[in-house]
Amino acid sequence: MIPVTHYLALAAILFVIGTCGVILQRNVLTMFMCIELMLNAVNLTFITFSRFLNQLDGQIFVLFVMTVAAAEAAVGLALIVILSRRADSLDVDQANTMKW
Amino acid sequence: MEYFVFYGLATVAVTAALVVVLMNRAIYSALALIVCFGAVAGLFFQLGAQFVAAVQIILYAGAIMVLFLFAIMLLDPQSEKLSPDRLKQVPFLALPCAAFLAFVLVQMTFQWSAGTSAPSVVQTSGSLQMDGNTESLARLLFRDYLLPFEITSILILSAVLGAVVLTRRPE
Repeated sequence: MIPVTHYLALAAILFVIGTCGVILQRNVLTMFMCIELMLNAVNLTFITFSRFLNQLDGQIFVLFVMTVAAAEAAVGLALIVILSRRADSLDVDQANTMKW
Repeated sequence: MEYFVFYGLATVAVTAALVVVLMNRAIYSALALIVCFGAVAGLFFQLGAQFVAAVQIILYAGAIMVLFLFAIMLLDPQSEKLSPDRLKQVPFLALPCAAFLAFVLVQMTFQWSAGTSAPSVVQTSGSLQMDGNTESLARLLFRDYLLPFEITSILILSAVLGAVVLTRRPE
């Protein structure tokens, strides 16, 4: 029987890795993927507590998080397409002006 | 057996996550992220959330990552090295991250070792709530969470409209 702490620790580690990626990476696409990674780590926590507390509500929340992640991916990738069209680069350090 | 599955999947997930963060090419990151999602889906399955595991594979690995791969192929990002001025920030990054991780681990260890042993992920058999199947999940989603579910459709509609409007080329 695996203690619930192991699942939570794994989720925390994945979340921290995702955070490091968002801060370290310069490529907008990879940063965005790291955000998805963080969302996934949170999902793992939800499922673990759903199991631990013996209630299904956590799984419902995971479904909502996944839906929001899909919507976020659509809008975010649209923004990235605009950014690369305007700045001709995917480097976030290049995108340092408020207005073109 | 259970331990082998858990630690195997956990190792795969953490390794793939590290590959996502450390790779220079976005395409490698995307492929590693698919592996990571697959491993986490296996963990969901182990936790008795079969439907969510299937949705994870279909939605994340199927839909979202295909969208990412489209964007990568379309934009063709050149390999961006981790720049030196970014690497200079590593100490400032490592400190809060390590503090957060240490806080979480210590909290969990002490809180649950003080009383009884750490609670295991319970294996319930007879509970109607927790059979993890699609039927009870659907009953909960379409009865108790009907309003949030409907609002989600509005969210998706506005996201689709937003994506279309944003990427439209100006005439």
